[in-house]
Amino acid sequence: MTPHTAWTKRLEACHPPRLHQSLLALVGNTPLVRLQHMSAHLPKSVEVWVKLESMNPGGSVKDRPARQIITEAIERGDLGDGKILIDATSGNTGIAYAMIGAAMGIEVHLVMPGNVSAQRKHIVETYGAKIIYSDPMDGSDGAIRLVRDIVAADSANRYYYANQYGNPSNPRAHELTTAPEIWQQTAGRITHFLASTGTSGTIMGTGRGLKGFNRDVRVIGCQPSDAFHGLEGLKHMPTSIVPAIYKQDELDEVMFIETEDGWDTAERLAKEEGIGAGNSAGANVYAALKIARTLESGVLVTVICDHADRYFGE
Amino acid sequence: MAVNVRIPTPLRKFTSGKDIILVEGATVGEALENLTSAHPELRTKLFSDNGQVRRFVNVFANEEDIRFLEQLNTAVADGDQVSIIPAIAGGRA
Repeated sequence: MTPHTAWTKRLEACHPPRLHQSLLALVGNTPLVRLQHMSAHLPKSVEVWVKLESMNPGGSVKDRPARQIITEAIERGDLGDGKILIDATSGNTGIAYAMIGAAMGIEVHLVMPGNVSAQRKHIVETYGAKIIYSDPMDGSDGAIRLVRDIVAADSANRYYYANQYGNPSNPRAHELTTAPEIWQQTAGRITHFLASTGTSGTIMGTGRGLKGFNRDVRVIGCQPSDAFHGLEGLKHMPTSIVPAIYKQDELDEVMFIETEDGWDTAERLAKEEGIGAGNSAGANVYAALKIARTLESGVLVTVICDHADRYFGE
Repeated sequence: MAVNVRIPTPLRKFTSGKDIILVEGATVGEALENLTSAHPELRTKLFSDNGQVRRFVNVFANEEDIRFLEQLNTAVADGDQVSIIPAIAGGRA
């Protein structure tokens, strides 16, 4: 690749720094980057782009739903006046809640499977959130069942149950922000949007938003091929507690991804593109390249959910 | 040596719903070999084609990850517990 002159000429290389009154304003407006090497075998008319959600202030795509869930709950009066936000999470949403909660003065309690990495525990505790552990043998569904029990027993009404798996604010965050950003960044040329499903907020909301601009955009949901998998944060829907916000009939296609394909692709992203990504992003890019190989032309967009460094030390 | 192997929820459909299976074995590898002989559908879930534990599967001997011990050669004693824990993931059986 030839370096662009704008990177070598000092003045042009400097983007004007922005000023923000609040951390919350930093969420979203993430860059869209074209894959250079991993898509080199494709025709020039087939473009694969990745949205670097890892560049959100909390380091993941989950900053968007967390901000939407918290701000809309405050608007409705469900949160505030000392209420505690509680939810089940396997990681990134917990970090986003903890960060935004700290910035807004909201106490946050997180129900996480006991086998969540030490690094995640440290990050959320650094932001001042409290962790309640569920049985590691039961995965994220175990955390969902435990948070439901805690909320059901909350006779003092101390908690606001954010319920990321059923809260319409989650997909709405993507409909209102992710979709228009991608539409603008591709100048309306996007033909395919792919994302893997955990809560399914990204694919449902972004898909809905993009189809609002052009109903011919193909929206493809990706999920692990088996109930027993290692694609962090994702759900094998046929055997899971299906999130209330997941509407499979709104998707044009569902793809099933092997854990090893997601892991291998995440390694390739780092080594071949310089994009350090978690393995759910690896699954996304694996799926995008698989679809891309079947096309003569197209503009495919998928999501880098978080950065590889979140998994170092595991 | 009789070892208790703890089975995670998504794999219990292959063990008739049992969460703990008692197997013989002097090492973790022998215990898992006997487990997958008794419940053959577990073999491809736990092992890759080259016979190694799949990368995303964490196996613990009592409270220790076998990657930091002697891998599948980790010795186990009568009454020890071997746990199979996937990376953080959703899923009931």
